[in-house]
Amino acid sequence: MRYAGGVDVGSTQTKAVILDPSSKIVGRSLIDTGANVVQAAERAYGLALEEGGIEVGDIGFVIGTGYGRYRVEFGQAQVTEICCHARGAARMYPSTRTVLDMGGQDTKAIRIESGGDVLDFCMNDKCAAGTGRFLQSAAAALDLDLGEIGSIALAGTRPVKISTTCTVFAESEVLSWLARDKRIEDILAGVHRSIASRSIALLRRVGIEEEITFTGGVTRNEAMVAVLEEMIGATLNVSPESHYMGALGAALFALERLEGGVTAAAVGAGEEKP
Amino acid sequence: MIETTLPAESDLIGRGEREGRRLFTEWFGELTNAALNGEPTAYVFVMGSLVELLRTFDLHVTFPEINSLQTAVKKVSGEYLAAAEDYGYSPDICGYVKADVALQLQGGDHPMGRLPKPSLAVLTNACNTYIKWAEIWERLHGTRVFTIDVPGSRGAPGKITQSRADFDRDVGYVEHQIHELIGACEEVTGRAFAVDRLREILGYVNRMSRAYVRLLELGRERPAPYDALTEGTIYLGVANGLRGTEAGARYFEDVVEELEQRVDLRLGKGREEKHRLIFVGVPCYPIFRRFHEMFSEWGGTFVGSTYLWFASGGLNVGFEHNLDDPIRSLAEATLIGVRSAGDSMLFHDRALIRAIDDYAADGVVYHPIKSCRTVSTGLADSRRVVLEQRDVQCLYIESDMMDPRVISEAQLKNRIDAFFEGLESRKLRLGRGEP
Repeated sequence: MRYAGGVDVGSTQTKAVILDPSSKIVGRSLIDTGANVVQAAERAYGLALEEGGIEVGDIGFVIGTGYGRYRVEFGQAQVTEICCHARGAARMYPSTRTVLDMGGQDTKAIRIESGGDVLDFCMNDKCAAGTGRFLQSAAAALDLDLGEIGSIALAGTRPVKISTTCTVFAESEVLSWLARDKRIEDILAGVHRSIASRSIALLRRVGIEEEITFTGGVTRNEAMVAVLEEMIGATLNVSPESHYMGALGAALFALERLEGGVTAAAVGAGEEKP
Repeated sequence: MIETTLPAESDLIGRGEREGRRLFTEWFGELTNAALNGEPTAYVFVMGSLVELLRTFDLHVTFPEINSLQTAVKKVSGEYLAAAEDYGYSPDICGYVKADVALQLQGGDHPMGRLPKPSLAVLTNACNTYIKWAEIWERLHGTRVFTIDVPGSRGAPGKITQSRADFDRDVGYVEHQIHELIGACEEVTGRAFAVDRLREILGYVNRMSRAYVRLLELGRERPAPYDALTEGTIYLGVANGLRGTEAGARYFEDVVEELEQRVDLRLGKGREEKHRLIFVGVPCYPIFRRFHEMFSEWGGTFVGSTYLWFASGGLNVGFEHNLDDPIRSLAEATLIGVRSAGDSMLFHDRALIRAIDDYAADGVVYHPIKSCRTVSTGLADSRRVVLEQRDVQCLYIESDMMDPRVISEAQLKNRIDAFFEGLESRKLRLGRGEP
């Protein structure tokens, strides 16, 4: 049996997914990327294999994605995370026409066709406003864990207006609201709305068409899901797999290559696309 | 991928690129001599340069936009920008202006030689920055500044049609200003205007213009015989710097001869032409080669470019001067050329859709730049219109034409790779007969 692997080396976290020939997820992992990108890729891949009880020799093809895709040295090809998130979202939710991927350092709005081909995409440019990093800064300013700010934000009733578009300045703006005796819940609700509005601006540039699938690490933040749904006026497809969507898409591309008769041996390990 | 090999027996192949570089280097050499000898030099801009008239007075001409972009191509623009910012200019100001300010403050020292101080600056209102830019030379050097007010299009092209009488009045308005400019040139140079010399120069421009239009047509061939971003930029350098000279006219006639031979031999540029692209905007000069490689590695060829329209000094329009009435004709060419440049930047959606059809383009690459909002502002709207009206892929990537601080190669590559992945996947699907 030949399995396929996808490894998504993101700026913050690295994810790996192993698929069996029927495209069922049999192993997956998620770790912090840290400073050594090569090791992160290897470790995530190893953990996913371990979870699935699969030997390296059973893997027919591996594709790397994410910013560190060229450092997935055991992979045979690379595909951008834009196409991988699209492919993963289309597999999990076949009626998806718009994908919003919110990661650690960038947010992508992607319009797709049935089957997951990318029609158009738009990303934040050279600025982390509107991304997970913005949430991280706000959490740090309030001395809170990233994992708890979503539930706190949901308790906000009068969200403050975060006017800055700069992640660095967001921290000082959060502190200035604290100095004005605003409730932490309302400050965090404001932070979430600020990020959501920037993401929706990206979505509008590619055109919002239902169904909309939300992917990336920020999908685990329940307040962000709620605010986006309220501001867009539509329900978002979100699942526990959403965080793995890039790696899933990469594994699906790898499986496609296997089905097309392309094997790691035929390609030559480490071959890079342009 | 397949590397195209060139027939060794052909002397023509590659001549345009070689000669273009040689002429360009010679031109900068002449400017260095002019600087050392204190000879009179006019500073002009690519959109409405009126270089034809200035040449009749044997003025050297230099294009500050080209001087500035050359600092980026030579990888030193960051130093020039930093010097201007240290002097007090904001990071938000046009990179071309700031590099030139640093150049002026450093006595004309440029990576291609030394540039003379301006004796006269001639500009139009084609770009709002031109006007403030020339004021800097006026303050620094006491330069005489002459501004030609060119009436713009009365709205988006094709939506409002100007009557012939109104058009003639606009030409007359520009013609009157050209007569005033002749007086200014006579005062600056101490020479009398010679109309026959202008006729001769306009004759060279006519030859160059005919060849330039043919060059643009040849981009429609498959494979395209040149890349509009790489060779195209060399062509633009000669089109501006040697406009109105015999050498410039002959250069473009030779380029056409070479390109026609390339077409006969079915020779594209470099790698196999897999994807035909149109470029919209100004190139990313600080990483010029690498920027292009990120497309050519995927088999992308730029078969057309709006840059070849708006930065050609109106050559793209194919205007032929009436040598019996040269000043009136120069006024008409200036009016049409400046309007065309403005329309190519601000109202290019219709022309772009025509070009997508004419050039059988697979995709359009929009490259807005941080330091020029004039050329960048409408690109998002243009992209939306193109996507609505044509079934092509569009890529929207932002960087700058001068400032390496706002260029992230990793981010550019990510978007470019995704663009080609989409393009290839789409072609595969269409090849399988799927919708």
